[in-house]
Amino acid sequence: MSFRVVHYINQFFAGIGGEEKADHRPEIREGIVGPGQALQAALGDQATVVATVICGDGYFAENIDGALEEILALVAPYKPDLLVAGPAFNAGRYGTASGGVCAMVGEKLGIPTVTGMHPENPGVDMYRKNTYIVETADSARGLRKAVPVMAVLGLKLLKGEALGTPSEEGYLEKGVRHNVFLSRVGAERAAEMLAKKLRGEEFVTEYPMPTFDRVPPAAALKDLKNATIALVTSGGICPKNNPDHIEASSASKYGAYSIDDLDKLSCEDSETAHGGYDPTYANADPNRVLPVDVLRDMEKQGVFKKLYGTYFTTVGNGTPVAYSKRFGEEIAQKLKADGVDAVILTST
Amino acid sequence: MVHVCTIVPISLTVGANRIIPAVAIPYPFGDPAKTPEEEYAIRKHIVEKSLKALQTEVSEQTVFND
Repeated sequence: MSFRVVHYINQFFAGIGGEEKADHRPEIREGIVGPGQALQAALGDQATVVATVICGDGYFAENIDGALEEILALVAPYKPDLLVAGPAFNAGRYGTASGGVCAMVGEKLGIPTVTGMHPENPGVDMYRKNTYIVETADSARGLRKAVPVMAVLGLKLLKGEALGTPSEEGYLEKGVRHNVFLSRVGAERAAEMLAKKLRGEEFVTEYPMPTFDRVPPAAALKDLKNATIALVTSGGICPKNNPDHIEASSASKYGAYSIDDLDKLSCEDSETAHGGYDPTYANADPNRVLPVDVLRDMEKQGVFKKLYGTYFTTVGNGTPVAYSKRFGEEIAQKLKADGVDAVILTST
Repeated sequence: MVHVCTIVPISLTVGANRIIPAVAIPYPFGDPAKTPEEEYAIRKHIVEKSLKALQTEVSEQTVFND
């Protein structure tokens, strides 16, 4: 028996047209269209591309929810065992559409899905967890190389075969962790990596670090005497008994607490929620992490105009970068809206 | 914004632009081995440095050492 495959492509790869045809509405055609030929060749006699669904990139981007509904209605009657989308290379709207179609069809029809994109395609971060995204070159020149990898991965998923690591199978990491037993303990592997690094040899990390963005430095504060200064901390300082239950590690939230009535923090009113350092010293005197006492005195002496009446706090301990980024953006918006001129961020 | 933290390399990695080295992880603005008055002086010194850093024009990541 041959598996049934439906292939999703955009108006350009279907030969309908370029940007002037990007508003092309979803349609489905029997059999293969465009890059479907390469896909069918790679699948061989194990699977058949029974239909190709086509949608204009512009139409999809402007009507995402509606387009997904229409596409699902077109795909479902063909009862596919697998959906393949693209590859979309580094085309942003095509990548977003391919990822979106894979995610939706995979969820609604309960079948495996595979697409292909360049690592910098915005569709990668949006859908890497919902589908298998084979790494491709940035343009259609990479078609011949990408399609066989997508086909092999699709066939493995259809047959329920065990997959190797993302780099072995050629897809971009989905963020899934599997426990495996290795013959050598972590210390040995780490020491070997370090030795290779010191010798200037290539090595492969077992835990890639997240990438951090960069922002241009803010302009210098011009008029300190008339400035409002705010305090923000990742050191977990919070009112006694942590009323909002900020987590001791992997924090999912931040708190905003008033210091309007306080000349300083004390062990009577404040503590730390942080689970990543010895809290003895911060609990005994929370000013050691959030220097409210000094800033209040300086405010009274007229060094600056005002200590902002609320401090923002979270626990920086295994906290996901994506969460931290969101916390930072939200806090910065509130501070800007309230006319804060400068921020002292404290970390433990 | 100025980032006061003990592990300066982390601050550099995550991209802070004005960085003030602090005392220690569990007490960045203090030192429990000292008297309360001495601790306050340490804390005040770090805050003053922070305010100075905020008033300093920088074009790239800058660590403000003593």
